[in-house]
Amino acid sequence: MHDDATAQQSQTTHTVPYSQYVLIWFGLLALTALTVSLAGIELGRWVIITALTIASIKSLLVLNIFMHLRFEDRVFRMFALVAFVTLVIFLVLTFFDYAFH
Amino acid sequence: MTQATVSAGARSRGFYGEKGKYSGIRGWIFSTDHKRIGLLYLVSMAGFFLLAVTFGVLMRLEMLSPGKTIMEPQTYNTLFTLHGIMMIFLFIIPGLPAVFGNFLLPLLIGARDVFFPRLNLLSWWLFITGGLLALVSVFLPGGAADTGWTFYVPYSIRTNTNVLPALFAAFILGFSSILTGLNFITTIHRMRAPGMGWFRMPLFVWSLYATAWIQVLATPIIGITLLLVALERWFGVGIFDPALGGDPVLYQHLFWIYSHPAVYIMILPGLGVASEILPVFARRTIFGYKFIAFSSVAIAGLGSLVWAHHMFTVGMSYTGMFVFSLLTFLVSIPSAIKIFNWIATLYKGSIVLDVPLLFILSFIVQFSIGGFTGLMLGALAVNIHVQDTYFVVGHFHYVMFGGTGFALFAAIHYWFPKMFGKMYRKGPAVLSWILATLGFNTLYMPFFFLGYMGMPRRYYDYLPEYQSFHVIATVGSWILVLGIIIMIVNLLYALKKGAPALANPWGGKTLEWTVPSPPPTENFATIPVVTTGPYDFSEYEQRPAEHS
Ligand code: HEM
Repeated sequence: MHDDATAQQSQTTHTVPYSQYVLIWFGLLALTALTVSLAGIELGRWVIITALTIASIKSLLVLNIFMHLRFEDRVFRMFALVAFVTLVIFLVLTFFDYAFH
Repeated sequence: MTQATVSAGARSRGFYGEKGKYSGIRGWIFSTDHKRIGLLYLVSMAGFFLLAVTFGVLMRLEMLSPGKTIMEPQTYNTLFTLHGIMMIFLFIIPGLPAVFGNFLLPLLIGARDVFFPRLNLLSWWLFITGGLLALVSVFLPGGAADTGWTFYVPYSIRTNTNVLPALFAAFILGFSSILTGLNFITTIHRMRAPGMGWFRMPLFVWSLYATAWIQVLATPIIGITLLLVALERWFGVGIFDPALGGDPVLYQHLFWIYSHPAVYIMILPGLGVASEILPVFARRTIFGYKFIAFSSVAIAGLGSLVWAHHMFTVGMSYTGMFVFSLLTFLVSIPSAIKIFNWIATLYKGSIVLDVPLLFILSFIVQFSIGGFTGLMLGALAVNIHVQDTYFVVGHFHYVMFGGTGFALFAAIHYWFPKMFGKMYRKGPAVLSWILATLGFNTLYMPFFFLGYMGMPRRYYDYLPEYQSFHVIATVGSWILVLGIIIMIVNLLYALKKGAPALANPWGGKTLEWTVPSPPPTENFATIPVVTTGPYDFSEYEQRPAEHS
């Protein structure tokens, strides 16, 4: 019973043109290049914030485009959101240590 | 296979009589039946447990006298590492959820299996692969890992022992845990019997639910962290190693972001078992159902935010120390709520003092001692004094062994008749309870005094003034092990020669007691419709009122 449900879900194809995948891929590469080049600049406190922001944008792109999260049911997006919020909480708490050294 | 096709002969031996695609051992290791998978976990986990207990007893023998007693220092190092890894990753984390969760979750919610049966089997295969890898690492050249179960850097990057196989073992075991969690969350959301609203679920199910969320959300973090250590060992990346510009404290943060919530993966199902057993043997509805249910979720949530209390002496910022100490104190609130509700459940109950309840009573006392000493450790000033001493070792054995371990002993004595369709003898079971409780406390109570006096953990030698406490503890380990042996022999004997068990030997009200013992292959001939809460003992509760 469950197998049918899953099979049905994966059969609904979403038409994303290949060009879009390639474009996003270049975008990801560019963001990686940005992270690497920023690492050479002395940004002080901002270094972590910029790195994490860029990383978040990249994950959002991968999740939504390559992993098709934006076509999924609300419940799957909720799950992803829960995981994301958990991660944010862990980061914030960790920075109670690092930010106040 | 539908219920109608189950032959009458198969039905009497329940799912044991099922003729599946495979027979013999393959009928077990390739079975997707949640009950068989639960028993697979039980057998494999029991094996790892007994091995790890042996290591523990050997360590205690070494500590009988100062200086070398029976082993070299390096042997001691590998023994506490293996003991820790096996007890944590192979015994206590999978213990209650994978064994009893698998066997009972579908029965408790009126379902025929878990939502993803094949994924469930994969979890067990990952578990056994990880477990064997950990064992194999002992015999590879280089010798077993000697880092402690915590794999702290920079030592874990530099030691020449087999850290990598041990890391990968933990990594694979993590996957097994995630998949089980995912399976349980989905099962609980989608497969409850008609009429079983969230607040009619047995409390063990609530605790499995809270546990499953931690498994899914926190376990990936340890996976990535262990991979980073592996990368660092292979390529010298310099994430954690200070010599390469890395930050060893970051490792500790990442490690404990998982490993502290993991402590709640261990204890929450134990708390659930207590909530299941107490009402049945007090013949009384559980006191404060919703409080207990929500406190499980609160413990899971808050418990995930306290990890850095393991790190008060590493040079954290004062703000960090303050925040984490405060959060640590907050977790004690939902834990205490549970304890008070259990006591209130017993109050004025018609108590039947049978084996499962005896183990739960030990559990409540020992878990409370573990919890209170945890609060002492959470206080910053005390922590500095007893950090990395036997006080800590005493504390976590009280929580994990005195708490979860005893809950597991209670669970096996409570559900044994259901799982195997046989009844064990009460006398030896009570004797094993007496010996285990006595031995446990004789073994670990001295640890608190030793720790307070300054005896550091993970040392194979000590100053002569500590000896008397060490001798008491070692004698305790013998009593404890005797109790465990009697328990196991008694249960194995019951398997062979025990009297057939009734469908409901304890008078429980949850759904697993409505099916025969052992349950048939697909549990329920017709899916039950639930009309009351799980602990409806109103027939007993009205009696005192009639008398008065
Ligand atoms: C008969 C049973 C047991 C005995 C005799 C025993 C004994 C010991 C001893 C002697 C140590 C090392 C202390 C040190 O030198 O620092 C230890 C460490 C430890 N034990 Fe046990 N133990 C037993 C059961 C358990 C159980 C049931 C668990 C978990 C559920 C457990 C978890 C651990 C852990 C996590 C460590 C720390 C290892 C490390 O330092 O890396 N033990 N135990």
